[in-house]
Parts: sequence; structure tokens; C-alpha cells
Amino acid sequence: MKHSVKEDSGSLVVGFEGDVDLQNSPQARKVLLEAVGRRQPVLVDLSSVSYIDSSGIACLVESLQAARKAGTAFALVAVSDSALRVLQLARLDTVFTIYGSLADGLAQAG
Amino acid sequence: MGAAAAIGQREHPVEVVDLVTHYGPRMILKGVTMDVREGEIMVVMGGSGSGKSTLLRYLLGLERATSGTIRVLGQDLGGLSHREITDLRKKMGVAFQGGALFSSMTVGENIMLPLYEHTDLDRSTMEIMARIKLEVVDLAGFEHLMPAELSGGMIKRAAFARAVIMDPRILFCDEPSAGLDPVVSSALDDLILRLRDAMGMSIVVVTHELESAFKIADRVTVLDHGRILFIGTVDELREQDNARIQNLLNRRAQPEIIDGDEYLRRLTGENMDEGTIQ
Ligand SMILES: Nc1ncnc2c1ncn2[C@@H]1O[C@H](COP(=O)(O)OP(=O)(O)O)[C@@H](O)[C@H]1O
Ligand SMILES: [Mg+2]
Repeated sequence: MKHSVKEDSGSLVVGFEGDVDLQNSPQARKVLLEAVGRRQPVLVDLSSVSYIDSSGIACLVESLQAARKAGTAFALVAVSDSALRVLQLARLDTVFTIYGSLADGLAQAG
Repeated sequence: MGAAAAIGQREHPVEVVDLVTHYGPRMILKGVTMDVREGEIMVVMGGSGSGKSTLLRYLLGLERATSGTIRVLGQDLGGLSHREITDLRKKMGVAFQGGALFSSMTVGENIMLPLYEHTDLDRSTMEIMARIKLEVVDLAGFEHLMPAELSGGMIKRAAFARAVIMDPRILFCDEPSAGLDPVVSSALDDLILRLRDAMGMSIVVVTHELESAFKIADRVTVLDHGRILFIGTVDELREQDNARIQNLLNRRAQPEIIDGDEYLRRLTGENMDEGTIQ
């Protein structure tokens, strides 16, 4: 898994690439919670994620809750079909704001 | 490489060829050939003592075969070290007969146990994963209870939550609904279907119950005294009987409407204090 954090139009775009799984989700969690701590809207770009397991989903849940408490926006971008199925299994698709593309997210989050 | 891979097809998650096994001098499996395909629910049926549980034990690499090959997730179990089998087993979920939870631990601790054993995840991540799986098995909010406080059906569902906590590629279930009343076991069938659909797992279920088999199986393997009597689709098996079976199929639970904020607090444990559980 690789990750990147960039500022774009007032939002922080956290991008992950590859697999987010048991091995590397502790790192993903750290990156996400740090981003949320900066108190800017956070967009998590999942377009280059090939697989995310439930440990990765759990990190997203924890980060979303941290963002809610801090009063900052937190949304997912480009969720793959397989990741969406995992979210739907636990009915988490109802909890996250999900944008189809980064452009959509940037337009609405800022 | 397995035979399928050699001719350019994708290998199935489970491929068993001519498996012969013994307990002591007694031959138990007498040349079993079967496979389990990606995303498939394979139901294993057969009389008591026909070798169903034995087959599962061999698929899990718990015993060494006398002869024949067992390939699981592309690996020949016969050629693996103990360590390699242990690693491979992380990708296999197991919900065995009895569905035993440790009685000295809470439901939540039971479910997190594989994560403690096999991962370095943060405690908060483990707890959310456990709560997500409890949601999936309809046991939301039960993490602080002790197993003794749950009904039989709830214990089975908790055992399922534990079996899938690591997002396995294959799930093995040995008589998951043994001893449960029909309504409860039907709910368990729904759960098995839901897990397969959402997680794309392959699932092997040993069951005695014809109704359950017809409801969940893509294919059925019937064992008889250690030999394969029948392998085929539900349709093929159904043709052997008829109308009675039709109305047993295709019952699924309806999704409920939920409050996103409340749900998020529940998963992150934020409202534990006001908790509804004692
Ligand atoms: N650990 C064991 N040692 C010796 N014999 C066993 C052992 N486990 C099972 N058997 C025997 O193997 C046969 C198949 O058992 P099993 O696979 O448990 O049957 P099933 O699950 O189909 O009821 C039975 O005759 C049983 O007595
Ligand atoms: Mg058995």
C-alpha cells in the first residue's frame, strides 16, 4: 500500500494505492487520523485501491467519527464495487458520504 | 501448479483429488475427488459417520492424507510446512460443530481473538471490526455479554462473526444449525447467503438438513461411507425430488432503514455509557 496527502481547493486529499489490509491498515489509520487532525475537509480517494478489507473499513469508520467530533467534513471518493459491497454488508454505505469522482468531491466538500 | 492452472483455467479455491485417509488402521475417506469454486456455497451431506467432518479437517490441513492431493487457495497442503499451513489457515474461516465460544471471555473478546493472535492492529480497529461483524450477524450491542447470556442461535451467530473476522477467502461450517429450531436455522442460512454475496467468499457447509441445503447450496456433495455418491447442482439434486422443494428456496431478509449518526456512534462505541445492555 502506498499513500499520499495533498491539499486541493482547501481540502485534504488522502489517496491510497494497492491493498489496504490487515498488514498495512495501522499505517492507513495513522495517515487518516493525522489528516483529520488538521481540521480541513478530508477526501479519501480510493480510486487506486485494489482491495480493502474490514480492517481498512474500520479505520475509515474511526476516522469518520473523529472528523464528526472535530466538526470537519470527511468523505470517500471513487469507492470500488467490491469495497462498496463490504460497506453495504454492514450497511455502512448509509453512514459515509461517497462521491463518484475527486472533482465531485472537491466541488462539494470545500 | 494444479491441473486447472496448467491448462490455463483459473484454479478453484479447493481442489481435492483421490483423497484417501485413515484413522489408525481404518480407512475413512476412500478416494474423494471434489472441488469448491470461487464464491460458491458447497453443501456436504451424508449419513452420520460418512466422513463429512473428516473431509473438513483435511481441507484445513489438520491431518496428513494417506494419498491423493488437497489444494487450497492454490497451495498443495501435502507440500507445506506446519508454519505455512498456519499462515494459509488465516485465509480460512472456521465455524465448527458446537460453535464453541470461550465462556470466560465476553462475546467481543471472543470475536477479536483471531485478530490478537494474528495481527498487530490497534485495539480501536479491532473493536470496530468486531462491532461491524456483530452488526452483520444481527448481534449489535452484544459485545459485552458473556456467552452464557446468549441463546443457542446467538452463540452460533457470534461464532460466525468470529469465523469471518479476518475476511477469509473460504469459510468452513460444520453443521451450523445443529440443535437449533427451524426459524433460527433459517436465519442462519440467510446469514450464510449474505456473507457469500457481500464478501465473495467460498463457503463449505456440512449439514444434515435438506431444506437448508436446497436453500443455500450452489452445489451439493453427498458422501456415503467415505465415497462420493453425488456431486452436482441444486437443480440436479432437486430433480430427484420435486414440488415440495420449490417453496423452500429464495427467502431473504429485508434490509432495514437506519439512522447514520446513531449507527456510527454505535460502531465507534461512543454511546456505550448510555448502553442498552446491562
Ligand atoms: N479422531 C478420530 N479417530 C478415529 N476415528 C475417527 C476420528 N474422527 C472420526 N473418526 C471416524 O471416522 C468416521 C467418519 O467420521 P466423521 O467424519 O466425523 O463423520 P460425519 O462428520 O460424516 O458424521 C467415523 O466412523 C468416525 O468414527
Ligand atoms: Mg460430523
